[in-house]
Amino acid sequence: MDWTTWVEWIVKGFALCLILLTGFAYLTWYERRALARIQVRVGPNRAGPQGLLQPIADAVKLIFKEELTPAKVYKAVFFIAPILTVVPSLVIAAVIPLGEKFNLFGREITLYVADINVGALYLTSIASIAVYGIVLAGWSSNNKYAMMGGIRSSAQMISYELSLGLSFVIAILLGNSMNLIDIVNAQRDMWFAVIQPVGALIFLIVVLAEVNRAPFDMPEAEQELTAGYHSEYSGMKFALFFMAEYQKMIVVSMIAATLFFGGYREFWFLKDTFFSVDRFWWLGPIYLMLKVVVLLFFMIWIRATWPRIRYDRLMAFGWKVLLPLTLAVAFITAAGILLAQEVNPLLIWGVPLVSIFAFLFTVIFIYRDLRRKSHGRI
Amino acid sequence: MGVFDPIIELSKGLGETLRSFLREPTVTVQYPEQKRELRPRYRGRHVLKRYDNGLEKCIGCSLCAAACPADAIFVEASENTDEKRFSPGERYASTYEINMLRCIYCGFCEDACPTEAIVLGDNYELSFTDRHDAIYTKDKLLEAVPAAEMLTPRKVEPGVFKRSVPEMKDPTD
Repeated sequence: MDWTTWVEWIVKGFALCLILLTGFAYLTWYERRALARIQVRVGPNRAGPQGLLQPIADAVKLIFKEELTPAKVYKAVFFIAPILTVVPSLVIAAVIPLGEKFNLFGREITLYVADINVGALYLTSIASIAVYGIVLAGWSSNNKYAMMGGIRSSAQMISYELSLGLSFVIAILLGNSMNLIDIVNAQRDMWFAVIQPVGALIFLIVVLAEVNRAPFDMPEAEQELTAGYHSEYSGMKFALFFMAEYQKMIVVSMIAATLFFGGYREFWFLKDTFFSVDRFWWLGPIYLMLKVVVLLFFMIWIRATWPRIRYDRLMAFGWKVLLPLTLAVAFITAAGILLAQEVNPLLIWGVPLVSIFAFLFTVIFIYRDLRRKSHGRI
Repeated sequence: MGVFDPIIELSKGLGETLRSFLREPTVTVQYPEQKRELRPRYRGRHVLKRYDNGLEKCIGCSLCAAACPADAIFVEASENTDEKRFSPGERYASTYEINMLRCIYCGFCEDACPTEAIVLGDNYELSFTDRHDAIYTKDKLLEAVPAAEMLTPRKVEPGVFKRSVPEMKDPTD
């Protein structure tokens, strides 16, 4: 291994961190502007043209803000918790392919930091590490509300992790590999979101719960928990939690794009045209960015529209609705792939049909359950 | 309630927010650059008015101070002479102070004034960095004179401005 490989790794690592950090800064701007428009307001528009310098002003403010450490917190854990939350949100992006490889100075450069052949496993494992930071922050704060927020968060993340893992399984089955690059390339002919729309929908729902976004933002429910696990944090430590949340939003949008929406590849119907990634490698990151922006808009849109769901219903939804549905959908996908291999390749289109049927079946069951409850009968 | 009603309702909500996202925002006024038009009866900062000839309307009667529920107004009256005339009639306000920290902008002073000298104007941009600056003195409150020769105090012909309260055309008004 010669020194140029090291240089390449370091440069790519730095570039990825910078992309995520600026992405975080401008995601806050994007969210505030989009929310404001939805609420018939204007949003931050003072600092710079269209308020584009607002994130910089916020960063300066947060860095220079006084940092309080309450007297009776567990100091070491209190200090480590924000770092423990931020680091996974940065390192998780290492395996996500951002584009095709290309040649620079006679070297073949790949647009991902690490090529791990179990990339999907890496994603699930790092995603679940993030919960430690939140739990430890809640526990070390020596505050009831922070504690409640931390516990809720861990319970929620562990519950939704199952469905998350199973929807990873769907993409792995369809891509026939755990390597994210192979998964992306398998979507050259057809996005997995078309073959398995219910799987993609489940993934998007679960991901909202994983990053604690509305309507699943129970850990930081202001009305009940006064900001939850980070109520005792201020200044830069708070900013780290904030940073982790928004970076996780970006990263899960990247993962969703990679697993179900063709990753850095173009629309499947553009595959042999002028707009193909095979023709211009630099279209890859642009396509991925567009997909991420659209997925982030969905998150913001949902936050602006739907209220938080009650905590017991959140758990019931995760365990009683999402988990069985995801299991069924994973089974349908596996069966469909087997039938397509053994009998007729066209049978793969049975997968979306049967999955949508399973989805409607679930909706009917939820309806019956709600109806029974509202009529007070058992 | 149909089976798909929950999903339809959720989608309706999403549609509503998307519609308002696509509309131009209209309710925000970009305040320092744009200002909202005030209502005709808006009660802003007080102004002490003058007659058309430049004499002050205020005659220092202290009725406004008596009417003030917040005790924000302090008036001290002095004698007018024809050599140094501020207002028609015998007396004028030599000191007129309003404490803007106490004022509640109720407009009772306006109602109490027999000469319609004090009026709540349309200026709402009151800010001060010191408590002493909150006390608006007469020179801040008094309306600007229409022309330089109309400044008060001024020398007038004796015996013209004897009546302190102007004659009303219609006393029932």
